[in-house]
This record gives sequence, C-alpha cells and structure tokens, in this order.
Amino acid sequence: MTSPTTSPLPPTGSAATSGTGPGGPGWDDLLTAALLGTERRAVPARPRPGQDAAGALLDAAALRTVRRRAALLPAPARARPGAAPRDDRPALPDAARRRLALLLADRAAPGGGGRRGGAPDLTELLPQWLAAANGHGYRAPEALLPALLEAARARSDLRPAALALGGPRALWLARLNPQWKYALRGGTAAGFPGAAAASARSPEDERRVWQEGLFAERVGVLAAVRRRDPAAGRDLLASTWAKEPAEDRLMLLDSLRAELSAGDETFLEQALSDRSRNVRATAAELLTALPGSALAARMAERARACVALDRTADGGARIVVEAPHECDGGMQRDGVVAKPPAGRGERSWWLSQLVEAAPLAIWCERLGVGGAAEAVALPVADDWQPDLHAAWCRAAARQGDAEWSRALLGPATSPPAPASSSWLDPAKLLSALPPAERAGWVAEFVAAHGLSEAFRLLGVCAVPWAEPLGAAVVDALDTARRAGGYPWSFSGVMGLAERCLDPAQADRLEALTTVPEGPADGAAAGATGYWAEAFQRLIGTLRLRAAMRAELAGQDADTDTATTRP
Amino acid sequence: MGSRNVVGMNRQGERWTAEQVLALAPDAASRKAGAKLAAPGPWSGTGARTDAPTDGTEGGADGESGGGTGAVWGECKGSGSKPYRTVVDLAGSGGPAFHCSCPSRKFPCKHALGLLLLWTEGEAAVPSSAATPPDWAGQWLERRRQRVERAAGAGQDGGTAPAPADAEAARRRSERRAGRIAEGAAELERRLADLLRGGLAAVEGAAYGQWDETAARMVDAQAPGLAARVRELASVAGAGSAAGTDWASRLLEECALLHTLGQGYLRVEELPEALAATVRTRVGITSDAAALLATVPPVRDHWLVLAQRDSDDGRLTTRRIWLYGRSTGRMALLLSYGAAGRAPELSLPVGLALDADLAFHPSARPLRAVLGTRHGPPGPSPEPPPGGGTEAALRAYGEALRDDPWLESWPVVLSAVTPVPDADGKGWQVADAPGESALPVAPGSGGDDMGLWRLTAISGGGPVPVFGECGHRGFTPLTTWAPEPVAL
Repeated sequence: MTSPTTSPLPPTGSAATSGTGPGGPGWDDLLTAALLGTERRAVPARPRPGQDAAGALLDAAALRTVRRRAALLPAPARARPGAAPRDDRPALPDAARRRLALLLADRAAPGGGGRRGGAPDLTELLPQWLAAANGHGYRAPEALLPALLEAARARSDLRPAALALGGPRALWLARLNPQWKYALRGGTAAGFPGAAAASARSPEDERRVWQEGLFAERVGVLAAVRRRDPAAGRDLLASTWAKEPAEDRLMLLDSLRAELSAGDETFLEQALSDRSRNVRATAAELLTALPGSALAARMAERARACVALDRTADGGARIVVEAPHECDGGMQRDGVVAKPPAGRGERSWWLSQLVEAAPLAIWCERLGVGGAAEAVALPVADDWQPDLHAAWCRAAARQGDAEWSRALLGPATSPPAPASSSWLDPAKLLSALPPAERAGWVAEFVAAHGLSEAFRLLGVCAVPWAEPLGAAVVDALDTARRAGGYPWSFSGVMGLAERCLDPAQADRLEALTTVPEGPADGAAAGATGYWAEAFQRLIGTLRLRAAMRAELAGQDADTDTATTRP
Repeated sequence: MGSRNVVGMNRQGERWTAEQVLALAPDAASRKAGAKLAAPGPWSGTGARTDAPTDGTEGGADGESGGGTGAVWGECKGSGSKPYRTVVDLAGSGGPAFHCSCPSRKFPCKHALGLLLLWTEGEAAVPSSAATPPDWAGQWLERRRQRVERAAGAGQDGGTAPAPADAEAARRRSERRAGRIAEGAAELERRLADLLRGGLAAVEGAAYGQWDETAARMVDAQAPGLAARVRELASVAGAGSAAGTDWASRLLEECALLHTLGQGYLRVEELPEALAATVRTRVGITSDAAALLATVPPVRDHWLVLAQRDSDDGRLTTRRIWLYGRSTGRMALLLSYGAAGRAPELSLPVGLALDADLAFHPSARPLRAVLGTRHGPPGPSPEPPPGGGTEAALRAYGEALRDDPWLESWPVVLSAVTPVPDADGKGWQVADAPGESALPVAPGSGGDDMGLWRLTAISGGGPVPVFGECGHRGFTPLTTWAPEPVAL
C-alpha cells in the first residue's frame, strides 16, 4: 500500500514547491541541490559564518520540513461509502458476543500444529455456534464482522452460516473489500430464518434487485420469492433465463431445488436443451427427483428394458441384466453421460445411470415382489449384482427413499461389508432414514463393530446425537481404553464426539477421566494418561457447548452479571 | 475484608472483559492457548478475592496500593499428575502480576490467561469469595505485596539523600556519557555533510551497511535516540526510489531533522531549559521512572485509558498506552517494554479510568509519562473524550511541532469521522462527518488492515468517534467507540 499521495496536502498557494518565497528557498530547489550534491550544485541558502554549504542546505531543509508539517491541511474527502442497511435483528447477549470473539480469535492465531492437549478445539465449535446463533435470529456484532468474513473466506463450509449471521451489513462491508468478493457470489446465506428476515423486500424492490442487483442479491431474492410462491420464483427466473451467462444459469437453476414440484417440469425440460452441459446435467438431475416427470418415465422405460426377472426351472427366481448397447441422443439429452470414467466398461456405466435415474417404485412391479427388501434379496445373474445394487443405492439416496435405503443397508449387526461390495455406501443410505432410525442403526453398528469403521456413519447423524447413539459411542470409547488402545487411533471419532455428543453425557464421562490407581508398566501408564487427557478434552468441550447454548439463549448462569444492554 | 460493592464502580469494572484479558497475552499463540483453557473443564478450586476499600473509590488511609478485585486463583489440570497452580494479583500498582507453577517461559502463561478469561465469564465460572485464598496462592500474594512495599520504601529513601560519594560518581558517569554522545553527534554531522556534498542520488540502495555502522556507533555512544533515527534514515535510503517518487524528499527530511537534532545537542547548553530537555530525550538520555517520580511534581487526574498497542522488533516488545486526563485535558503516553516473548509488565485495559499520579518526562511538549501512585481502583469510563474535526487534529499536531520539531505525530480524538476504504491504491481516509475534509490514514498503520475494516464495520458508513495519532504521514486510528471502546 505505498502511495505517493498518502501525506496530507501542503497548504495551497504557498511557495512550497518552487521559487524563493517569503520563507526562503523552495523545497524543489533544495531537493535538487541535495540530490546532485553541494559540490556540483549551488545551494539556494546562505551559510552562517563558519558553516559550509551542506550545513546551510540541511538547515534550510529542516526549516522547510517543519514548516510544511506544521501547516498541513486536510485533504478533500473522497466519496464515502453509502450507509449500511439497517439490521433490526436483536444483538447477541453479552456473553455470547464475548464467546464469538474468542472463537474467532482462536481461528486467527497461528500454531496449533502440536499435540492437542486437554483443551477444547474452539475452531471446530464455530460452525455449530453460528448455526445456533442463526437459529435464534441474532445479528453479528459490527466489530466482529471483519473477523467473521475472514473466517468464512478461509473456510467455505462456514460461509452460509457466517453470511446469514452477518446479514445485510456483512454484504455491505464485503462490497468494499475485494478480498471478500466470495460473499457477493455465493448467495448461500438463504435458508436461514435470520437472513430471510434481514432481507425482506417489497415486491417492486424484489423485481428491481432481480433486474439490476449483484449476483448474491439476486440469488437471495430468487430464494425468497421461491420460498413464498414457488411458481412465481420459477417465472422470475424464466423472465431473464435467456440472458443469463452459463455460470449464473447453473447457480440460479440450483435454487429451484428448494420447493421442487411437478409445476417446474416444463421449465426443466426446456433446460435439457441448454447450451451448457452442466446446466443440462443439473436439469436432468432435478427432473429425476420428480417421479412423475416425463424424464423419469423415459428413464424408467429404459431401465425396465435392461432388467428383468427370470424364473428358473426349480421354481427360484433371479434377476437378469441386459445392459444397453448404445447411448443414443435421447439418453444423452436426458442427462446420461456417454463417456465412462477410466477403467469402467461403457455398457455397465450406461446401465448404472439409467437405474439411478429411474424411479425406484417401478421395481416391485417389474420384479414381481412385494417390497424393497424382497427385491434386494433376489439373486442377480452374471455378476451384475454390484452394479445393480450400487445404482439402487444412489437412487435411494437421491430420491430419499427410506424403504429402499433400509433394505439396502441391511441389519446393523451383520458383519461390515466385505471389500468386494465396496459400492455399498451406508453413510449415503443412512441419510435417507429418519434421524431417530439413523441414530439407532449407527448405535447398533457401533455396539457390534466398535468405532474403527464408524467415522463416516457418525458424520451423517443429527447433532446432538440422540440416544442410544451417544451412550453407544461412550461405551465403545471406554471399551477401547480398557483394551489398551491409544486414543489417537480414535482421534477422528473423538473429534466428532466433541462436536456432536449431547452435553448431558459430560457427567457420565467424568468417571472415565480418573487415572486408575495401582502399578502399571510404562507404556500402559502413558496410554492411560493420554486417555484421561482425551476424555478431559471431550468433557471440557461438552461443557463449553452447553455454556455456549445457554449464552445464546440469554441464560447466564451467573445472574450477577446477567445485565443485558438495551 | 472489604465489602464487594464499590461505590462508583459497576460490574464491568469488577470483572474485566475478555478483550482486556487478551490484551495481556505476549503473542497470538498465547492468546489462542489461553482461549482454549478458558473452559471450566480443566479448572478446579477457582476463586476471586475482592479487597476493595470500604469507603468508595479513594484508596485506604494506610496507603495500600489499589483495591478493586484483588486476586484470582485456580488449579489447572494438565497432562501431568499434579495440576498447575495459577494465581494473578490484579491490585498491584504496576498492573497485574502473574504466578504459575507451569514451566512455560511465556509471561503471562496460557494458564494465567485462561484463568482470567474464565473469570471474565462471571460468578458461575469463578466465584468471588470473601474468604482467604488457599495457602499456596495467599503466600505468593503476601510475599509480593511485601516486596512492592519494600521497593516503594526504598525508592523514597534513595530519592532523598544519596551518599555524597555516589553522587560524585554518578555525576562523573553522566559527564563521560555526555562527552561520548557529543563526539557521536559531531561524527554524525560530518557524515551528513559528506552525504550532502556528494549528493543523495549517490546513496540510493548502496549505503545501508555504512549507515548501520553509524547506528552501531551511536549505540556505543549511548545515544539510542540518535541510533534509532539513523536506522530510520538507513531504511529510507535503502528502500531507494522503488519505494515511491517521494523517497528523495523523505530522505532529505530525515537528514535535515537528524542534522537539527545533532546541532541541538552540540549546543544543548545554550538552549532554553524545556527545549534542552526535549533534545536530551530525543537523543536518548532519559531519566528512569523512579528518579522521575522522585523529582517531577505529579499530575493527578482521572486518566482515561484510550489505547494500548504493542510493537515487536524481534528483540523487544514495546507497549504504548495512551491516556487522557479528564480534568486537565492532557494526553499522556506510557511506554513499557518486555523481552521478546514476554508481555510488558504494565497493562491498562482500554475503557477504564484510573485516579492516579503521572510524572511527565521534562520536555517542551510533555507527552511521555510514568505512572505513579494510584489513588483508587480503576473504574469504567466508556465515553470517548471530547474531540474535534480533521483540521483541528492537524492544527494540534502543528502546534505541538512548534515545541518539538521532531514529533512524528500527536494523539488526537476525532469526534465524528467516517472511514473511507482504499480505492484504486489511493489509500484509506477518515472523513469529517459534516464537511468535505479528510485525513489520509498513515500507511501500514493497521497492520493487516483488519483494524481499519473493524472501524468501517462499526461506522456502517456513518460518523464515529476515533482516537488516534495525527502526523505528517497521516492519521493512525487506534480506538473507536461502539459505544464501548473497541481497539483497532
């Protein structure tokens, strides 16, 4: 940030720049003499007796310098930034404001590469703090907006929640700093009640912003209109669709994902002919989520042609698969990608895309079974089972079908999937189950198989972990400790537990932090110490989360300091 | 033991804010580590003692230092079998003092910071108790208070009657030093004259090593003030014209002011007393705090802490604390130092006011001061002091230059300005709320500009009061009010 104009202006109309004014020689003359040297250039100042030319030059320059500095005048003000929009959401309670400052300060501090020790990892708590604060509908304290924008710049997963909390003032600020441009592109703050309240606009205003606004503002308007009146939102998008650049079309199309309904089909069908391949693929994906759509019907037709039931002579039944022989123009228009990834046969690649995009409801009729469980149990001829089941898994996840997910998952107590069925992604399937069932399934899994395979499964469970999941994880950790394992083997699960366990588990955990008395050999004693430290951090974090929650609710345990500012 | 409620002091004053505690940290890593320990998990046996005087904000008749919240203590479970014992004395006259049984060389350590942060959270986290602290904490506090009292007593004795032989030796020492500085100043004058004879254009980029040597000679001559100015000159010369078109102007300005200072010192006996004192201070001859407190009449006022900022040159942490006297309207600057990795001892949280004596270093334009007796516990004073516009700020600097031409800047309060962010490399401005005038923000003043962005976020495009330093390179914002003070 070097700039020649950083100093205040010298007084105008003075003899500051050249010539010999009333105050002696001008600065430029002195500077020229100084640059060239008094041996080469006459000094525009008379030396005092006993003084040489260099001394006289320095005297005169000192006089000029101090005179210039003492007579500085303000510079003309440049255009001030416009006033920040009002944000009428309530301010954070004092304790919560201090907490946010600490969480953000922790992020900014370097280091932390060393051993974690017994203290909570504050950075990891920022996401849930933000989510909780947004749940209360607070606005961010102005003084913390820059730190918040910096934090979200470094971690894109924080952006939606951080921008929602920051509200209109964060966007106002981001517009002034090129480093925070991401905030104007994202449009991700939508979906939080606080953000919606903060950006409530009149219909005329909405139309104006949609026509003239920044991208983020437009995305915000589209999301708001869509939420209020899905058809109006779609029409708004359609009104300017042809003029939008491809990158924006992709992002805007994505806003239809919320409140998607059969009414959107015509628009999406048109988008299947879009110039941009990514827009086409997104439109096709959205259409497959509409089981009654023409695209879903076309895909169902194609899938049905490839998969059939074959009754064997002994009265058994099995599935036979005849993968497509070509990927024609119609399939490609419906979003099927013709070129398989490296190492994948093209026919199996096309098949899996067809089955994934076809509504799962067609299979009971096609295979003559009563439900998903029966369909999954059917043997599949000629080694097609991994391909078919993998495609069903993706379809179940995409269509959010709980029955199929449950059937494909199988019981939690059965041995973890062998390597040959690596296509099975239990974490994805779990996402389609209701939260309580999800937690129950993972709890059974942890009880049966321990924690080593549980990391991704725990990651999809709702926070805080519902019982019996929390208890199962604590038990499994205790078992690992007793078995003499080292806590860092479980650091991933530990980290999750810190963020996701219900704070009410803290008291139960307290008992596990005590170092058992009695002789122990060196290594075991070391492990015990580390376990105690790990549990201590876990408890500390849980207590901290409970405190954070209370602070945001405005319940200060300390009534003495619970004075809230108006 | 006094009552917990102190007249004229609300809860804010009893417990600090987290920001105030974090300002004590010696570095960012300590802030982070301290913040992590600010959770109830690892702590046990925590407590805070409030030993405020019973009769309001005035100090006790026995002259005991301070009052307010006296001490905070607690035990922190670490990785070892024994918890660390941490105790903080908040009532000391030189700011808080820390003690911890951990082996950290950081000062204060993360345990002390964590404990204080926990304490800021309130009664539930660290309860106040009228009871005495546990023995391990009480003994340290008692020993410390005794030491402080002894030191205070010794200072008074030393100030009144030094032994004649010592005085004679001290006089000879200071004469020898004055002689060496004069030799150094004369040498510097010769170097500057040589430079100007040969021309500044010849030094661009080349002369750094020579100037470094000159700076080292000034340090030998016990003239650290001259040495610092020579280094500044060297860095301007070393940057060369790549640093901007006005580098030559800056170089000539630095040369001219250094020359004036050298000349001033060589004729210091002929100068008026106040200006002579300024020159001596600028050259680097300063009296130590004890001598100053013993010789200079104190200025008692309610000193509002306006800003605290640390700078670190790798070897030394310099902490500047700006104060404003509510009755006298005077600005004051306290300096304290810490070795690298240690926070300077003195720490005064921004937004508090203390009823205290200050002794100003003699100068034609006194600003630097040392903190003397505190007459009561610090109380909150969240209001900004009265201020003016940008023109008044420059005028204040200009008037200060009349007395001390070597001043780089002068502390001022701008009562209502709007920050204008950098656009097209023109730099930041703070613009008068009514009117069309603005001060450029001094380059590099905000570190990473985060302070300036904080100011912008708080202003929301509207006018806010800002305290900072106004000088020839522009304005350096240090504190704003929203409405409680926020460090920038």
